[in-house]
Amino acid sequence: MSPHTRAVEGWTLQPLTDFVREASVRLVLVLTPSGQVLAQSGFSRAVDVMSAAALAAAIVASTAELARQLKQPPFAALSHQGPKHGFFLATFMADRGTLAVLAVYDLDVSSLGLVQLFYEQLAADLKTASPKGAVQKQVLAADFERELTDSLNTLFGR
Amino acid sequence: MNKALDLITRVRGVRGAMLVSADDGLIVAEQLMEGIKGGAVAALAASLAGRLRRAMEAAGTGASVFWHLQAEQGALLVVPGRGGGGNAQGGILVVAVAEPDVNIGLVRLELLRAAEAVV
Repeated sequence: MSPHTRAVEGWTLQPLTDFVREASVRLVLVLTPSGQVLAQSGFSRAVDVMSAAALAAAIVASTAELARQLKQPPFAALSHQGPKHGFFLATFMADRGTLAVLAVYDLDVSSLGLVQLFYEQLAADLKTASPKGAVQKQVLAADFERELTDSLNTLFGR
Repeated sequence: MNKALDLITRVRGVRGAMLVSADDGLIVAEQLMEGIKGGAVAALAASLAGRLRRAMEAAGTGASVFWHLQAEQGALLVVPGRGGGGNAQGGILVVAVAEPDVNIGLVRLELLRAAEAVV
């Protein structure tokens, strides 16, 4: 198991570890559309996780709204490729609720095709592992900072 | 593109042919029999192409022109188009999935013709 792969919710850990190994991705976040991080791989600083999660959640929200305005179902996945790195952002429904996966990969190590291929496996594995009948807890503003601190402590082993 | 794939799939024992983007491992065109996971073959063949290219560069052999992976129940044959196997970036891979007893020489010829036609 990669020493840089950590999960706040344990059921996400094995599927994420498999995905990282098979798709050869550099960074991954599994998060809710509100930006709550369930697991991460490859990040070494809490502030990077916070920034990436906030930005990913914002992209999910803005593309969902764009789709709504076009009277379309929400976009399934978004891919963006630069000269050296690519990123892939996709959402799917699990018993835990809607989950988003953000993956960043090096173009000389992996490819969009590989990431898409193993993302499908990751989504299927997470759906299977997701706790059944779990009642989604509302994130209250009062609890937000404490929950964020607890999550970051778990993700970075403090 | 479809004409190029037609010539490959017409060879007896070929179960499917694809043009694959070497950079991102996505299918550009395909003619596959049912049961072949085209997306998976494309992504993994492109990944393999990248690693083979680096191995051949390291070995000082120059660009690869054809590979043939023989398995118990079939074979994977690939011709990297210009850029797909020799250059650092870009290019198309011409990929065929075949029965184990296919005429390799004939498939190779059609793959090379297809690579010339599509580049």
